[in-house]
Amino acid sequence: MKSCLIVDDSRVVRMVARKILQELGFETSEAEDGKKAMEACQKAMPDVILLDWNMPVMNGIEFLRELRAYPGGDVPKVVFCTTENDLAHIMEAMGSGADEYIMKPFDQEIIQSKFSQVGIL
Amino acid sequence: MKSDEFEFISRTVRQRSGLVLTEDKTYLVESRLLPIARKFGYKSVDEFVTSVHRGPDEAKLRAITEAMTTNETLFFRDTKPFDQFKRVVLPAVLGSRAARKTVRIWCAACSSGQEPYSLAMILKEESARLAGWRFEIVATDLSPEMLDRARAGLYTQFEVQRGLPIQYLMKYFKQIEDKWQLSNDIRNMVDYKEFNLLSDPRALGQFDIVFCRNVLIYFDQPTKTEVLSRLRTILPEDGVLYLGGAETVLGITDKFEPLPNERGLYRCIAKQGASFTSV
Repeated sequence: MKSCLIVDDSRVVRMVARKILQELGFETSEAEDGKKAMEACQKAMPDVILLDWNMPVMNGIEFLRELRAYPGGDVPKVVFCTTENDLAHIMEAMGSGADEYIMKPFDQEIIQSKFSQVGIL
Repeated sequence: MKSDEFEFISRTVRQRSGLVLTEDKTYLVESRLLPIARKFGYKSVDEFVTSVHRGPDEAKLRAITEAMTTNETLFFRDTKPFDQFKRVVLPAVLGSRAARKTVRIWCAACSSGQEPYSLAMILKEESARLAGWRFEIVATDLSPEMLDRARAGLYTQFEVQRGLPIQYLMKYFKQIEDKWQLSNDIRNMVDYKEFNLLSDPRALGQFDIVFCRNVLIYFDQPTKTEVLSRLRTILPEDGVLYLGGAETVLGITDKFEPLPNERGLYRCIAKQGASFTSV
């Protein structure tokens, strides 16, 4: 079973994402900010990370840069999932090492499509 | 809706588009007709249908037919056909059409244009090895409204996230308020025309590759046979046909056969020349 770390400061978004991902056959874990996500990755790298942008303590882009610089941090696929829906943010995320980008709101079909594109489904 | 009125709608739609509406679709028919009824100033579907039944009016009949067509589509729908296009079809036509360096592709029942634009983006990505080649993509639909949408190449955030890789969004789209529009470069690669699959396609010219995916499922068996026979008339012996994953030619026509190990891809059964072969 593949693992997915859901990183979002909204409990509701995490719950919706968890339900979708579990239906898609993923083992899920959660973090509410980038710092907690980094700690989780240092213990065990997930196969894929669904990542929010705006979060307290450490935001998504800061987390992504730190992850990619960390040994083994180039392995997980990172799919941004954010309300930031403009081209400048998309380009910044992709330039920082994201593999795909979801603009909220999302549904199962979008997550499935994006996860297929990064080869995780 | 009364039974005779449903029968009238069903007959009209079938004659005009080939779509088969059975009585279990009454709810679907009513829900799709409601916005049309309101557009023409009627308070209810019943009132609208009764009026059209009593005095058929071309604009109303056309609106009814278009409302019944399914316009479900997405970029790179099902992924595999597009992989096949790059892996199997493109190398083969680059070999077989090397003398004339022109390839014509038809996307039948293209709806809002995601399929022809997916092909256009693939061809753009392959432009280095296609230098000197001319690829014509003709995309048709029976709905002028859908064709206008397709020509505009303007999609919602939801539509650009279904099937479209983010790199393609960054490369080929520009953001216009809350929507995304394909670049002129890609839009200009597709020639849109109004066409009903029940008509003779020879007016569109000859093609090398035809995409007619997820259309036949809405037709009855004789109509499927007729449409496939007509498609054969615009393909050369080594032409290829794409059908949807749930569609088949088996038991329907002897003019096409499945390409071995390539689900959804069919070749003409050649009488004199050679059938399509992968390289």
